[in-house]
Amino acid sequence: MNAFPASEFLIFVIFWLFAGATVGGALFAVFTKWIIRSVCGLATASVGLAGMFYYLNSPFLAMIQILIYIGAVCITIVFAIMLAEPDEPVDAPGMHSVPWNIGAGIVAAAIFWGVARLGVTGDWQTPAVRVSDGSVEMIGVALLTTHSLALEVVALILLVSILGALAIARKGRHIE
Amino acid sequence: MNLLEIHQDPAVYLVLAALLLAIGLFGFIRRNTLVGMLISGELIFGAAMLNLMAVNRFFVPDPTVGHVFILFVMGLSAAEVAIALSIVIAVYRNYRSIRTREIAEMQG
Repeated sequence: MNAFPASEFLIFVIFWLFAGATVGGALFAVFTKWIIRSVCGLATASVGLAGMFYYLNSPFLAMIQILIYIGAVCITIVFAIMLAEPDEPVDAPGMHSVPWNIGAGIVAAAIFWGVARLGVTGDWQTPAVRVSDGSVEMIGVALLTTHSLALEVVALILLVSILGALAIARKGRHIE
Repeated sequence: MNLLEIHQDPAVYLVLAALLLAIGLFGFIRRNTLVGMLISGELIFGAAMLNLMAVNRFFVPDPTVGHVFILFVMGLSAAEVAIALSIVIAVYRNYRSIRTREIAEMQG
């Protein structure tokens, strides 16, 4: 007998809360008119994704998701918005025309139908035995032994991207 | 299927990832500013990560590999955002606009 009779219900509710945050945030990010609200939608979707990762047995990735997506990506996009004013004027024809939107919706619906059908009806094989539990300790060991090259490559990519971003954004800057 | 144990069902995560991919794709086609397209691209990245993670959780003998792979994807996505936003800044400096219609000079 479970000592907390409502815990299953709570797990269920929190799961759908996170799933709703993912889908709702993504929809808000796509449909809102102002880019800054779109960033807020992306942040909400990232929180939902972090919750999904938590339910998928990886609290480590949930933390990293919040750190990188909300702490780094969203903040960087907000900085770009402050520098580049991406909003259109209110009276200008902002979004594309209605047929274009309908076409985009049809394409997205087709992709969703195909991928979701593959996911649901696919012949997925559950492994008979698991060699590790995917805990944080195992990830740390794997990062420093088996996958150390991947870790180094990620570090190199980040370094090069920082230098590249500095070089691109710096060029063309001159004192008036 | 017990509704209370739906979070143990891989199909839920796969459908959610497909939905996220579709939303991101819709936004990518629909948006007409570079930053809006970048945000939609991040949604697509999130869909890919959720899909990989669901498969990694339920169908893979060694889940550690998936974690490392997702870390790699996250690093790539962060690098992509840094580069893309610096390009956005550079484009804005030259054109005073980041609307995709106005920077189509090479369209021919």
